[in-house]
Amino acid sequence: MSSKNMFTSSVGKKLVMAFTGIFLILFLIVHAGLNACIWANDEGLMFNKAAHFMGSFVVPRVLEIGLFIGIFLHILQGYMLTLENRSKRSVDYAVNYSKGSKWYSRSMALLGTLLLMFLVMHIYHFWTPSRLGGIAGIKSLSVFDKNGVEYHNLYAEMKLVFENVYVVILYVLACGSLGYHLAHGFQSAFKTIGIHNKRYHAIISSIGYGFSIFISLAFAMMPISFYFNLVK
Amino acid sequence: MSHNSMNLKLNVWRQKNAATAGAFKTYEVNDISDEMSFLEMLDVLNEKLIVTGDEPIAFDHDCREGICGMCSLYIDGKPHGPWQANTTCQLHMRAFKDGDTITIEPWRANAFPIVKDLTVDRGAFDRIIQAGGYVSVNTGNAVDGNSLPIKKDDADASFAAAMCIGCGACVAACKNSSAMLFLSAKVSHLALLPQGDPERKSRVTNMVAQMDKEGFGACTNTGACEAACPKEISIANIARLNKEYLRSGLTAE
Repeated sequence: MSSKNMFTSSVGKKLVMAFTGIFLILFLIVHAGLNACIWANDEGLMFNKAAHFMGSFVVPRVLEIGLFIGIFLHILQGYMLTLENRSKRSVDYAVNYSKGSKWYSRSMALLGTLLLMFLVMHIYHFWTPSRLGGIAGIKSLSVFDKNGVEYHNLYAEMKLVFENVYVVILYVLACGSLGYHLAHGFQSAFKTIGIHNKRYHAIISSIGYGFSIFISLAFAMMPISFYFNLVK
Repeated sequence: MSHNSMNLKLNVWRQKNAATAGAFKTYEVNDISDEMSFLEMLDVLNEKLIVTGDEPIAFDHDCREGICGMCSLYIDGKPHGPWQANTTCQLHMRAFKDGDTITIEPWRANAFPIVKDLTVDRGAFDRIIQAGGYVSVNTGNAVDGNSLPIKKDDADASFAAAMCIGCGACVAACKNSSAMLFLSAKVSHLALLPQGDPERKSRVTNMVAQMDKEGFGACTNTGACEAACPKEISIANIARLNKEYLRSGLTAE
């Protein structure tokens, strides 16, 4: 088997989904960790420093390119697999079989699509203004790093965006989609790379469910914290 | 033992052959004993159809003991009917009650083309086995069974995987029409034993390639296959298959 065939067979395509999925899970941990700086209650000073570091240092910038490639592969492969899998049964059942599988495990493409829609909104809200400058007009802090580059006040941008109750609701709903997407995706990824045997089954499933709940709650608390002025 | 009889309405998929479109047809069966098996109930209906000059309903069956993997039928939205870990031939009419309407469909997957009515062609499974689901051994004197020590846990896991009767319920239950539970059982029961070791890398590669060629979908680990399997083949076998595949892909020449 050539290495090309290895990733183009039905099992290989799933390997691509699993590896990119695990990479995206790692990204979520970093993202949530950095964003948690908003709860330092120092008017965003620590958060802005962290955000500035991520935007100006070469290592996170290189990883960012990897992140976009990973997201792109995950989305593209996900849609291609979904379409391909649907084409394998031309005549549908009159009575559908829904026992034995969770609704969210059957709805990964739908949950993923909701996340993609959220991602477009999220990138528009924060990534483009902080990287490309200015769509929503990030106020500068007038604080400079040692190279003389001005810090952006991403914290103020969050505050501004999360003043809108509809945006807050959309963000919280997206966190719900993320939670369910991860509830299946986490343990499924480990099954796909083959380390979900009897020995590790209980621990991987528990970590998977725990992670899905924790990470989606942590992200959901961010817009809620701003909207209800829980962060100073 | 009490003996109850029941009257039932059956919604049965009728299709002349693969080339013509099929449709549901409704039949009524009366005085069905709750001690009959599901297939015996269909036998009663077929005898009635023959007497009235109608075409009897075609369905697969052979041993009627739950071990051959020949019977199929997607009954009321579940492969092999409402009971757990059970084949259609071992499903008995006491699972239903008087006045029930039962919908009977064939396995639906493009890789299992309909031959007639409820009969589908599961030759794709045979071709997957032919692609590597065997061990190549020189014949000669039979080797003493205990000359090759095998760890009890491995022997048990291998046997549990070898329980697969190849009925195709996993494909029928899967939203992707994936044959991964079947394939993983066939790969696992050999991969766990020393006899299967020499060919393990080419086996998994060739069998996956054949599965894709037959037009089955990819596995998304939903677990529907495991729930529908009459032999309770564990989905952990799929993880083992993936591991075998990854290992083969990374290390095979």
